[in-house]
Amino acid sequence: MDAGLDGDQELTAVQEAPGSRPVRRDPAGVRAASFLHRSPRVRLAALLAAPMVWLVVAYLGSLAVMFAAAFWSTDSFTGALIKQASWDNFRTLVEEPVYRRIALRTLGVAATVTVVDALIALPIAVYMAKVARPRARRLLVALILTPLWASYLVKAYAWRILLSSDGPVDWALGPLHLSGPGYGLAAVTLTLAYLWLPFMILPVYAGLDRVPDSLLEASADLGAPAGRTFRSVVLPLIFPALVAGSIFTFSLSLGDYITVKIVGGRTQLFGNVIYDNIGVAANLPFAAAAAVVPVAVILLYLALVRRTGALENL
Amino acid sequence: MILSRRARIALAGAMVVGLAIIYVPLLLVLLNSLNSSRTFGFPPTGLTLEWWRRTLDNAGARSALWTSVKVGLGATALALLLGTCLAFAVQRYRFFGRDVISLLVVLPIALPGIVTGIALNSAFNAGGVPFGYFTVIVAHATFCIVIVYNNILARLRRTGTSLEEASADLGATTFQTFRYVTFPQLRSALVAAAVLAFALSFDEIVVTTFTTAPGLQTLPLWIFDNLFRPNQAPVVNVVAAVLVLLSVLPIWAVLRLSGDETGGRL
Repeated sequence: MDAGLDGDQELTAVQEAPGSRPVRRDPAGVRAASFLHRSPRVRLAALLAAPMVWLVVAYLGSLAVMFAAAFWSTDSFTGALIKQASWDNFRTLVEEPVYRRIALRTLGVAATVTVVDALIALPIAVYMAKVARPRARRLLVALILTPLWASYLVKAYAWRILLSSDGPVDWALGPLHLSGPGYGLAAVTLTLAYLWLPFMILPVYAGLDRVPDSLLEASADLGAPAGRTFRSVVLPLIFPALVAGSIFTFSLSLGDYITVKIVGGRTQLFGNVIYDNIGVAANLPFAAAAAVVPVAVILLYLALVRRTGALENL
Repeated sequence: MILSRRARIALAGAMVVGLAIIYVPLLLVLLNSLNSSRTFGFPPTGLTLEWWRRTLDNAGARSALWTSVKVGLGATALALLLGTCLAFAVQRYRFFGRDVISLLVVLPIALPGIVTGIALNSAFNAGGVPFGYFTVIVAHATFCIVIVYNNILARLRRTGTSLEEASADLGATTFQTFRYVTFPQLRSALVAAAVLAFALSFDEIVVTTFTTAPGLQTLPLWIFDNLFRPNQAPVVNVVAAVLVLLSVLPIWAVLRLSGDETGGRL
């Protein structure tokens, strides 16, 4: 499976390979090779140049352009961009009660989704990492991972089907004289929690997998019941992994507008504010200013959790 | 863990419920694609393969699928190149700013898609780049780099450098060592990373919305466009079912190829 571990085979391959003695045939190539061999800095520069140009210049550059655009405005009559810096967009965002309400609602949804996912993910991850046998574990990991690659849109659509009136949820709750939540804020929260659940399970599972069993046995030998072991030994150790999972659940919820459109009914989250200003209102500067809000919240969150070591668990 | 029998059973129960929550909606999509009625009414009144037949002939869905494949291949190729270079640099060298790279590389998928989308949209606008395949592929490559980077980095960490040193000691040049030692060690990880990057690109909708040209529709864009049209619902149902079935492929490929117990990293 892993070619690299079978050292003998690799070395034989080198000896048998037809191009293994180009020393006499290709002096230019050899010169280049030995130049590279002697100059680690050149090698490093060659490796780093393209990705750094892409990520720093193109990507961070784009974010900077967006940030600059947030200070512009559009002519309300012609819709043309006015490239004059002003704080107006941000002032509107702060002063208009509508935006404050939507922002708080979005934060609430993101936090709820994160908590719900953490609560569902913990027992599942504990079972996978500490109860299931190794063979079953591999299968379970595959079962959790597979839906991660099922289309985001399809999963949101599945919940549109589930929660439709006279749909499966209503049908299942019918005998209890209950009905599903229908399309709205609850449906958005449920769907987002469903969408991001694997993002929470996987890091928590990986974190638990790294907790050595000997620690748990030591804790039990010292008289701690399972609950106490979990609280005092396991939870502190996997906290960075939980936080790593929460970065995804939280940040992905903050900017979502597609799920809201699919199952949200008339609900609006902050993503919709951004989206509608690009599409319907064609006010790119205001959309850019609005987009700065989730970025600021996420960067703040990242700065807060950085000390937990969560970023190494991503 | 030292767990009582009851705790084990409770955890197993949570696992079963969790898997049910995850899979019931997906199975429902499959069932719904066979639903003979056009509405979501449950339980379905009858089953039919008619919609599957009609979807195969649907020109819009087919051309969107083709667009998605082209974009996915382009983005995957770029991401493979950039992500592998970056992984080598970070794993094999020390340099200023090395610690920031893992954060920088994850940023395009950790930030909400709408932010990345608007940022790239404003940059393309500012730079006068015409929207089309090029802009979509560039945008997709940006968030696919992280998958390649993470997978290759994990493989490089596992393989270490001793074989490469041995190869150099035996007189191989830098290029020979790469060709006969380093590359074979990486091959399966590269394929796994490519599959995952393609899958990520294939599924993306938000960034695509902001970087595409008016007539250029990827499959997710086509689905979203037709999602709210009642008379298109049966065809959307079938396309959704196909995507659910296809989602098995990336994981299957990764578990087979990379030998990575965690099934590849995001």
